[in-house]
Amino acid sequence: MSLQEKINYDKTFDCVQCGYCLPACPTYETMERETHSPRGRINLVKLVAENKASIEDLREPIEKCLGCMACTTVCPTNVQYGQILEGAKEVIEDQRSEAGERSRIEDFLFESFFPSGKWMHTLGNLTWFYQRSGLQAVANRLSLTQAAPLHLEKFERVIPAQPSPKMRAKRANHYQPEIPATATVAFFTGCVMDGMFFETNQHTIELLVRCGLEVILPEEQTCCGALHAHAGKIDDSRNLAKRNIEAFEESEAAYIINNAGGCGARLIEYHHLFEEGSDWYERAKRFVSKVKDISQILIEVEELEFTKPINRTVTYQPSCHMTNVQGVKTPPLELIKKIPGITLKELDRPDFCCGSAGIYNIINYEDSMEILDVKMKDVCGTDPESIITTNPGCLLQMKLGIEREGATDTMDAVHLVDLLLEAGPCVK
Amino acid sequence: MSDWMMELKSNIPEQRILTELADRYSYSFDASFGEHLPEVVVQAKSKEEVVQIVRIANRYKVPVYPRGQGTCLSGGPLPVHGGIVLDLSQWPEKIDLNVEDLTVNVSPSVLTANINKEAEKHGLMYAPDPSSAHVATIGGNLGENSGGPRGLKYGVTKDHVLGLELVTPEGEIIRTGGQTIKNVTGYDLTKLIVGSEGTLGVITEATLKLMPKPRAEQTVTISFDEVRTAGLAISQVLTSGILPSKMEIMDQACIRAVESFQPAGLPVDAEAIVIIELDGHSQTLEIETDLVREIMNEIGAKDILIPKTKEEANQIWQSRKQVSPAIAKIKPTKVSEDATVPRSKIPDMMDRLNEIREKYNVELVVFGHAGDGNLHPNILCDQRDKEEMRRVEQAVEAIFEAAIDLGGTLSGEHGIGTMKAPFMENELGAVGVEMMKRIKDSWDPNHIMNPGKIFAEKGQKLVLTDD
Ligand SMILES: Cc1cc2nc3c(=O)[nH]c(=O)nc-3n(C[C@H](O)[C@H](O)[C@H](O)COP(=O)(O)OP(=O)(O)OC[C@H]3O[C@@H](n4cnc5c(N)ncnc54)[C@H](O)[C@@H]3O)c2cc1C
Ligand code: SF4
Ligand code: SF4
Repeated sequence: MSLQEKINYDKTFDCVQCGYCLPACPTYETMERETHSPRGRINLVKLVAENKASIEDLREPIEKCLGCMACTTVCPTNVQYGQILEGAKEVIEDQRSEAGERSRIEDFLFESFFPSGKWMHTLGNLTWFYQRSGLQAVANRLSLTQAAPLHLEKFERVIPAQPSPKMRAKRANHYQPEIPATATVAFFTGCVMDGMFFETNQHTIELLVRCGLEVILPEEQTCCGALHAHAGKIDDSRNLAKRNIEAFEESEAAYIINNAGGCGARLIEYHHLFEEGSDWYERAKRFVSKVKDISQILIEVEELEFTKPINRTVTYQPSCHMTNVQGVKTPPLELIKKIPGITLKELDRPDFCCGSAGIYNIINYEDSMEILDVKMKDVCGTDPESIITTNPGCLLQMKLGIEREGATDTMDAVHLVDLLLEAGPCVK
Repeated sequence: MSDWMMELKSNIPEQRILTELADRYSYSFDASFGEHLPEVVVQAKSKEEVVQIVRIANRYKVPVYPRGQGTCLSGGPLPVHGGIVLDLSQWPEKIDLNVEDLTVNVSPSVLTANINKEAEKHGLMYAPDPSSAHVATIGGNLGENSGGPRGLKYGVTKDHVLGLELVTPEGEIIRTGGQTIKNVTGYDLTKLIVGSEGTLGVITEATLKLMPKPRAEQTVTISFDEVRTAGLAISQVLTSGILPSKMEIMDQACIRAVESFQPAGLPVDAEAIVIIELDGHSQTLEIETDLVREIMNEIGAKDILIPKTKEEANQIWQSRKQVSPAIAKIKPTKVSEDATVPRSKIPDMMDRLNEIREKYNVELVVFGHAGDGNLHPNILCDQRDKEEMRRVEQAVEAIFEAAIDLGGTLSGEHGIGTMKAPFMENELGAVGVEMMKRIKDSWDPNHIMNPGKIFAEKGQKLVLTDD
């Protein structure tokens, strides 16, 4: 494939440089230059394809992009920014792997990242997590200077308490509701969710079962591949997609449910990884048609009621990937509003990314915190007791934000699923 | 490092002097044509900084190109002779309302829509409403004398400016006009500066006029089987004693393009639609709506659509805002024109545009502020197809010719910039252009302020291809 093809030169022509995306882009706002705007990034990709700028010139602007896709929802010409971004990352990654800085950085991560006590405890088998989650792919991309201030201690403080390994082992692969099941669904557990928010995953199963659904957890499922793709490892991402497609085909479930906005966004774009018309493309299409966020399923269950009032003021921080890629906007809000006693105060700019963006907040800590501070100003304006989110990355980031505001005593961050279960869901 | 660059660095914080290739390329374009690499991008955040930058540039005779958000459709902020792009978009936003005087003081970086948003909180409005108001800066609006749909009833940017603060090309600060509606002290420099496309200095503050916000609005969408009939309908309404606040036209290609981006229920099978907004007291609105209905029935409109809710009406106007970029889906390269004719000549102009479309075999679509004769014929093409681009160049020239023939003008609101410069003499005559040049020479003796704009260089022609 030529550089022009790989970097989606053709797609850059869809951009008419109207600038309508500028006010939507968090990095343009906080980094204050066009180079870090969607229009600027697309222009640079075009220039690289035309040999007017080098891949090296492109690296920083692309690496500082959150991939939040807020630009795509406002773009009147429907520029395929997601694909342009992924193409650019792949090209940058190709160049980097030729340079071969890899092993030293991998060593570094293994030496300082993983041996850290709490992470070790949290993630159980770290090597497994490292390889599965795409962190390995990311590690390859880091340069040493960038990796140095990883601020891991900041993250460690906000990781939730972990269930014992025994609890983890006790989980079944198959759950039946007490009433006759109305349908069979498969649950995509997600590696970060399962690693750090195991209980939320359990709650998700519980919610589905209470709604009268039979739940299957296909054993062969694996990481969604989002982080791999973010790191420019498209081949790895494709292989993971294939494995998931196979695993879920076997389950023959009506829907494939997930509870992580970022994973869901990856899952519903699986077909983009394959050539149109190919067998895998068709299989991916079938897979994609079944992918749903948990909120989309719950909102369909008309008889679902919440029996325990929650007298709390909450605000909702939507996951960018859920809003902008999956197009799931209203179901979480509708579900929250169904809870008796709750006061929902919406954010002024809900669509402004929180800055977590995969592991952007680990790699680009300072930039991410500037974005988070903008977000927290909006959050504090609603004076909530809880911030509700639908993605593990956002959840951790919100917890960090609460710490930064010194508000740990008055505010917490909660996954939508946990809130819903607390509200005593039952089906009439 | 050159001497002027060293001086810049000792006067402006380093993180706002951008010299990396990626940064410089990011300020090499606007929403029109062409790519010009500046030597440096400097981001100013105060008038003192602007003074410093301009003085250095003037001393070393380095060109300065003021830039807002780069949404210009005529090449205004392009650094065609290199030098300095002066980015004003990062200036801290200031919107100081003076409700009693119905005025507002703003910094140049303020997004125009935000001024109106603030005004509305007090029952007031800032009338000029370019479609790009949510992205473009007031500085850019002042530079281009931008207008929007409401221009029909309330006028364009220049009609709402009371006073300006400007850094002259020699680095002096002047104030023009003031805070009052009436002001005849000396020449009206305010009006000279508005629309001067950044060639006479850098605007660092503006005092704008606000108006009471109309009590209510009523939107009416009318569809037609023929574009010409739509043109006639517009003249009919305007001579019937009604002055709508907005009157916009879109042809079929435009309707389809926006509907496919975000459906607003516009009739995709109509050859053209006219969207009218009436404003005022609700009782007046009822009477006027009936009158519009009568006129349309008489003239043979295909259908009249009245949105049931405010949301539906907003959706229609939201769609109208998307037309300009959305049509680029037809073909990737968009050549936007902005020829304006006396309103009675709209049907004739529509005919001429039809002829041009056929003669040069180009994908020409039309939308625009029909009520004030300001049409936006857009040609969709592909920059990579050199043969097609030659035909487009010819078609553009023919559009200019048609507008001038019909007693109109090259540009209603997008400005002359680079592309239309070669046609100035056709409209203004040699002496007309010469008088303007003399003004420019005396304001900017070293020709450092946005050089290469408005006035064509010897032998300059319209060129839409890179080589
Ligand atoms: C999709 C789309 C729709 C549009 N719709 C309309 C419309 O409805 N009506 C309309 O009139 N225009 C429209 N435009 C054109 C454009 O948005 C306007 O010309 C706008 O005023 C440009 O503002 P900007 O901040 O982007 O300025 P820029 O494009 O950056 O600059 C415009 C000009 O102003 C000068 N300038 C900028 N700031 C200053 C300053 N502080 N002092 C001195 N000079 C300065 C620049 O040198 C340049 O010549 C549209 C453009 C697009 C892309
Ligand atoms: S909104 Fe779309 S077309 Fe306009 S500048 Fe942004 S990416 Fe380009
Ligand atoms: S994905 Fe987000 S951060 Fe990246 S260019 Fe688009 S809006 Fe900006």
